[in-house]
Amino acid sequence: MISLIHVLALSGILFAIAVAGVFLNRKNVIVLLMCIELMLLAVNFNFVAFSRFSGDIGGQIFVFFILTVAAAEAAIGLAILVVLFRERRSIDVEDLDTLQG
Amino acid sequence: MFATVLFFVFAAVLVCAALGVILARNPVHCALLLVLCFFNSAVIWLLLDAEFLGIVLVLVYVGAVMVLFLFVVMMLDIDTERFRKELQGYWPLTIAVAGFVVFAIINVIVVKHLGGAGIRSAPELPVIYSNTRTLGTALFTRYSYPAQLAAVILLVASVAAIILTLRRRAGAKPQDIAQQVAVRAKDRVRIVKMASEKGP
Repeated sequence: MISLIHVLALSGILFAIAVAGVFLNRKNVIVLLMCIELMLLAVNFNFVAFSRFSGDIGGQIFVFFILTVAAAEAAIGLAILVVLFRERRSIDVEDLDTLQG
Repeated sequence: MFATVLFFVFAAVLVCAALGVILARNPVHCALLLVLCFFNSAVIWLLLDAEFLGIVLVLVYVGAVMVLFLFVVMMLDIDTERFRKELQGYWPLTIAVAGFVVFAIINVIVVKHLGGAGIRSAPELPVIYSNTRTLGTALFTRYSYPAQLAAVILLVASVAAIILTLRRRAGAKPQDIAQQVAVRAKDRVRIVKMASEKGP
C-alpha cells in the first residue's frame, strides 16, 4: 500500500534535486526557472498526499492555486527573460551587474 | 499491491528525469525531461486519487507552460558549455546541500513518525466518490473568493507578459485603425468645378 511516508520521501528527494539544480545551473536563468518549477512540483506532492491521507479536499484546492500562481510566474519570468536577452544578448546571471555600482 | 508497484516504477522514472533536468547540457533536453517529470507526477497523483489535478497538470503544465519554455529556449541562442565549465568546482557544495535537504526531510518523516500517521494507508473512499465533483463543490462554495483572486492574478500576468514583450520598432509603419475609420470622403477627394471647354 502507498503510505504517506513514501510520497513525502519522494517529494523530499525531488525538492533536493531541484535545490542541487539551482546550485549547478546558477548562471543559466532559464534552467533556474525550470528548477523552480520542479520545486513547486515537489511542494504540490506534499499537498496532494496530505489531502488524500487526511481526507480533506482543502489541500487539493491549494494545489490548484499553486498551479495558477506558478503558471503566472512562468509567463512573467519568461517575458522578463526575453526582454533581458533583447537588451543584453545574454542570459548569464553574471552579466546582470548594473546595480552593482 | 499493483498500485504500489506502479508508484515505485513511476517514482523511479520521475527521480531519474529530475536528475536529467539539472544535469542535461542542452536546455531543450532539460525542458523535454521536465515534461517527462510532469507526466510521471500526473500518474502518481492519479494513484493518489487526485484525478482532476493529474489531468490539470498535464493540460496546463505540459500543454501550456512547457511549450512556452520550449519556445523561449529555442528562440534565444545560449552558449551552455561556457556556463558548465565555470561551475565545475561547485560539485561538493551541491552534493552537501542536497544531502542536507534530503536528510532533514527524511529525519522529519521517518524518525519523528508524524505521530504514527505516516505508515497508515489512505482512508477508503466511498464507491460513488468523484474527485472532480468534490473539488468543484469546494472551489465554488467555500473557496469562491480565492478562485476569483486567482482569475485576477492570471489576468494581470497575461497583461504584464504582453506589455513586457511588446516593442515598437523605429522604422515600422503600423496602421492607425481609428484614423482610418474616422476618415471622410472630403478629406481625400477634392471635387473641382470647371467650365466645359469648347472643341477645336
